[in-house]
This record gives sequence, C-alpha cells and structure tokens, in this order.
Amino acid sequence: MNPVLSVRDATKRFGGLTAVNGVTLDLGEGEILGIIGPNGAGKTTLFNIISGAIPPDEGEVIYGGDRIDQLPPHRIAARGLVRTFQVVKPFSGLTVLQNVMVGAFLRRSEHDEAEDHARKMLEFTGLAAQSDRPAKGLTLAARKRLELARALATDPTVLLLDEVLAGLTPTEGAEMVKVVQSIRDGGVSLLVIEHVMAAIMALSDRIAVIHHGELLAIGPPAQIAKDPGVVAAYLGEEFQIAPD
Amino acid sequence: MIRLRKLAQASARDMMVLAVVVAVLALVPFGVSRFTLSVAISALIFALAGIGWNVLSGFAGQFSFGHAAYFGLGAYTVAVTLTRYSISPWLGLILGGLVAAVFGLLTGWISFRFGLKGAYFALATFALAEMLRLTFNNFDFVGAGIGITIPLAGGDDWARIQFEDTPSLQYFVILGLVALSTIAVIAITKSRIGSMMLAVREDEDAASALGINPLRAKLIAIAISGFITALAGGFYTQFLLFIDPDLAFGPFVSVLILLRPIIGGVGTIWGPVLGAGILSVLGEVTRSLVREPPSFLQVIEGVNGLDQVLFGLILIVVIIRAPDGVIGWFHRRRQADTA
Repeated sequence: MNPVLSVRDATKRFGGLTAVNGVTLDLGEGEILGIIGPNGAGKTTLFNIISGAIPPDEGEVIYGGDRIDQLPPHRIAARGLVRTFQVVKPFSGLTVLQNVMVGAFLRRSEHDEAEDHARKMLEFTGLAAQSDRPAKGLTLAARKRLELARALATDPTVLLLDEVLAGLTPTEGAEMVKVVQSIRDGGVSLLVIEHVMAAIMALSDRIAVIHHGELLAIGPPAQIAKDPGVVAAYLGEEFQIAPD
Repeated sequence: MIRLRKLAQASARDMMVLAVVVAVLALVPFGVSRFTLSVAISALIFALAGIGWNVLSGFAGQFSFGHAAYFGLGAYTVAVTLTRYSISPWLGLILGGLVAAVFGLLTGWISFRFGLKGAYFALATFALAEMLRLTFNNFDFVGAGIGITIPLAGGDDWARIQFEDTPSLQYFVILGLVALSTIAVIAITKSRIGSMMLAVREDEDAASALGINPLRAKLIAIAISGFITALAGGFYTQFLLFIDPDLAFGPFVSVLILLRPIIGGVGTIWGPVLGAGILSVLGEVTRSLVREPPSFLQVIEGVNGLDQVLFGLILIVVIIRAPDGVIGWFHRRRQADTA
C-alpha cells in the first residue's frame, strides 16, 4: 500500500482529558478508510488534527512527503487535503452556486471557469436544480451534499468526510453512499467518519476503530466485525454485514 | 481592454444598471440651484465613502465604526500635498488612497492578527480614527486644530479640481469617481477575491477549510476599502476648500459614511449610492419642512435642530422596517410574492 496520508503517534490532550492518544494510521492511495468509535472517542479531534484546526501535542501528520501538523488549515487545504464538517457550515448568505464557487476558486482564477466547475460539482452531487437558491433554505440532506460539493470543487487529493450520512433517511443515505463511491472512483482517497454501521461496513476498504482516543483495531470490515475487542467495546454484539 | 470587455459580459446586468444610473445622475446639474448642486455633490461624496466602507464591512463582513480614519487621511493628503508641495489634487487623490490603504493594512494586520471580530473590531476602528483626530489636532505640520485652508485658484481649474465658474463640472468629477469605484466593486463581486471575502464574512472556519487564508482576504478588503473611502475624503477637501481634524476624523464622519450603505443595503453593489440618495432627499425634506411648514404645523417653523430630530425619527423607523436596507427589503418582498 502506498500511503498518501500518515498519522504517527498523534496525541492531543484537553486539560486532563486525552482526546487522542498515540494514534497511528495510514491512508492508502485511492482507499476508503472508515473511522468508527463511540461518541466522544476522539474521531472528530483526529480530523481536527489532520486538517490543521488543532495542532497535535505529540506525533506528526505526513502528507505528500511533508509534515503538515503545524500548518494552518488553509495551507493544508491548498495542498489538496480537504475536510467537511460534522455540523455543516454552509455560507448561509450565499446561493448554493456561490457556495460551491468558493471551493472552485481555489484552483481557478477566472470567474467563468470557476462557475463551470462548480456547476459540474452540483450536477455530480445532485444539487443542480437548487443552484440559485439561498443556501440557508436547504434541507439537512441538501446541506450535507452542499458541504460535499464545496469540498469536491477544490479538486482534493484526500477528502475527510465527517458524518456525511448522519441525519439522512435511508434513501438519502444510499444516494450519498453512491456519491462517495464515485468520488473514490475519480481517484480521491477518503477518510470517512461514520456512525451508520451498515453504510460504513459496505463503503470502506478498511476500518479503524477508535475508543477512548486510542486505536483499538484496524483492518478490513469483515475482520473488524469479528474482532472480539471491538465487539466488546463498541458493537456490543456480533455484527453481520448486510448481504447484497 | 480584453479584461474590461470580459467583465462587461460577465456582469452585463450590473453594467447596464450602472449606465442607466450614471445617465440619470448626469442630468441632475441641469436647471438646479447652486445650493441643490452642492447638496448633490456632498451626497455623492458620502456615497463614494460608503462604497469603500461596504467593501470591508459589507462584503468582507468586518464592521468598521471608524472609516473617518481613511476619509480623513485622504482629505489631509490632498490638502497637505497641495498647499505644501503644490502637488495637483488628482495625484493627491491617488496618494491619499495609498496612504489610507497602507494605514488599513498596518492596523488591520494588528487587529486581525489578534483575532478582533465583531464589536471589538468596530471599537478598534473607532479608537484608531479618534487617535488620528487627536494626533492631527496637535500636529503643527498639518495645521493642528486650525486645519488647512485651500487657496482659491479662481475660475475653472481642472488641475486643481476647482470650478468657480462652472460648479457642475465638480459634480461630474465626483460622479465619475463614483462610477469608477462601482465598476471596481462589480469586478470584485465577480472575482476570486470577492468570493474569498464573502466566504470569510459567512464562516471563517469553513472558508479556511476550503483553502482561503482569512487574514489575507480581510487585508485585501481593508486596503481596497480604505483606498476608495480616501478618494471621497480627498475630493471633500477640494469641495469644501478647507479641512480640520473634526471634519476629517470626527466620529460623526464615520457615522455619515456607514449610514449610507446601511440604509441602502449592506453588502450590495447599489446600497451606498441608493442610501446616499435617500438620506439626502430625506435631509432636505425635513429641513425645508421646518423652514416652511404647512399651515397646520406652524408651531414647528424655524425650531432649531427639529429637522435633525425628525431626520433621526424617520431613520429609526426605516431601520426597524428594513433592517437589511432598502435593497434587502425589496428582495424580501419579491421572495414573499413568488413564494
């Protein structure tokens, strides 16, 4: 496996709480690596460390051959490592198209080019019909798509998705899974935090389980579902991958 | 030229509106009194200052309560370079814009670096303008508290932007500056930097997650904003032929500047110009109402300061009814109609 992103012994403490404790993992090129764990396990803190929102106290993040753990978020995003937020952050005062154009402008300087690219991303995420609506009026499902479209418009190499399925109906979720898969087919490597077990099991090439800030297990979904430690800590009972 | 043509295509609607607005405003000087003309000129001066304010506070979302700083720096640069070094106010306008832009970059860098936002940033801008006012009040080189009087050139003097014989020419100069600045704003709204400003205004964390450096976006905004507002200040000097620290940097100057875009529509292309128009008409109406009231209102005739009170009351009503400005109010009405 050729890692595009490596996290080495990353540790982050908030006062007496160690939110992330010595986590090491690699994201392979073109891989979808799922990250699961109970609430408060430290998944989002790990994302914040990787994306530069919070520098780690110890350890390092290596991306594209360079250490990026002390860079500000915008520099990391400009290098092609882009995240979405669990609590979506649409630019509410702008239209859907304007939102996505913000992302598109990262690698395009001309207005028309940025608009064309943004429209393609809206088409891809199924938001084209709502292009000219204000972002503030969108449903949760549409706002999650918008978050994704905006990140995609930056032409990322690695995409960090923080619970893009949470709060969606099963139908909306299934559509989102398809979108995520076709993003990977487009050559993007993905790190995906998810709570919806069936979806993450079906979607991921490998899964990392985080518990109390530590990496409990990492491996293919089938192996993770059977891992006794994982079952005890998180799944609670044996998990069957939905047959398809 | 190619870029300009491309801009015209990309924003055909805004450019059309601009052409119509300029054409209509160009008719104003014909057949009006000298007094009305000077009211119109000062309306355009504050429209221009408001266009500058709107770039930083409307588009980039950093509310300034001290744009008098830029206005005053522009005004004093023109006054000092003209009276001390005989530099033409045309060059003075550009120099004043640059001085203000540099001042904005320095003070903005410090403020934004330390994470000043919202009310705290507004207070910092207010303090900076006051600091300039007090400094200039005690600075002999710029005439201290007495200020600077611009010598009369006599007749129409293009080099000095003074038009004793044909005051309407001065009106066309300020109209030209307003038109140019509006073109600049239209270009910004269609550009990458405009998109960066809007993103930073809406959500800084989301903006930086998309590769935008919020500090950079805000600094570009403050420099452009300061430059445009300083143009208005520089022109103001040539209009009044006098400048002192209060007229340049006084707190009421900051209020006059930000009221225009707030009434017209914050963060819109036309807000400052529309707001300036509304406020000038409103000011004149209340003034003439107090000067010559209808018979049933005889009691208010000539009461000192009453026009200002009326003006303030009407402002309060407008702000309650249309908190997002007249343009925002229209948008809401239209959305309500189509929904």
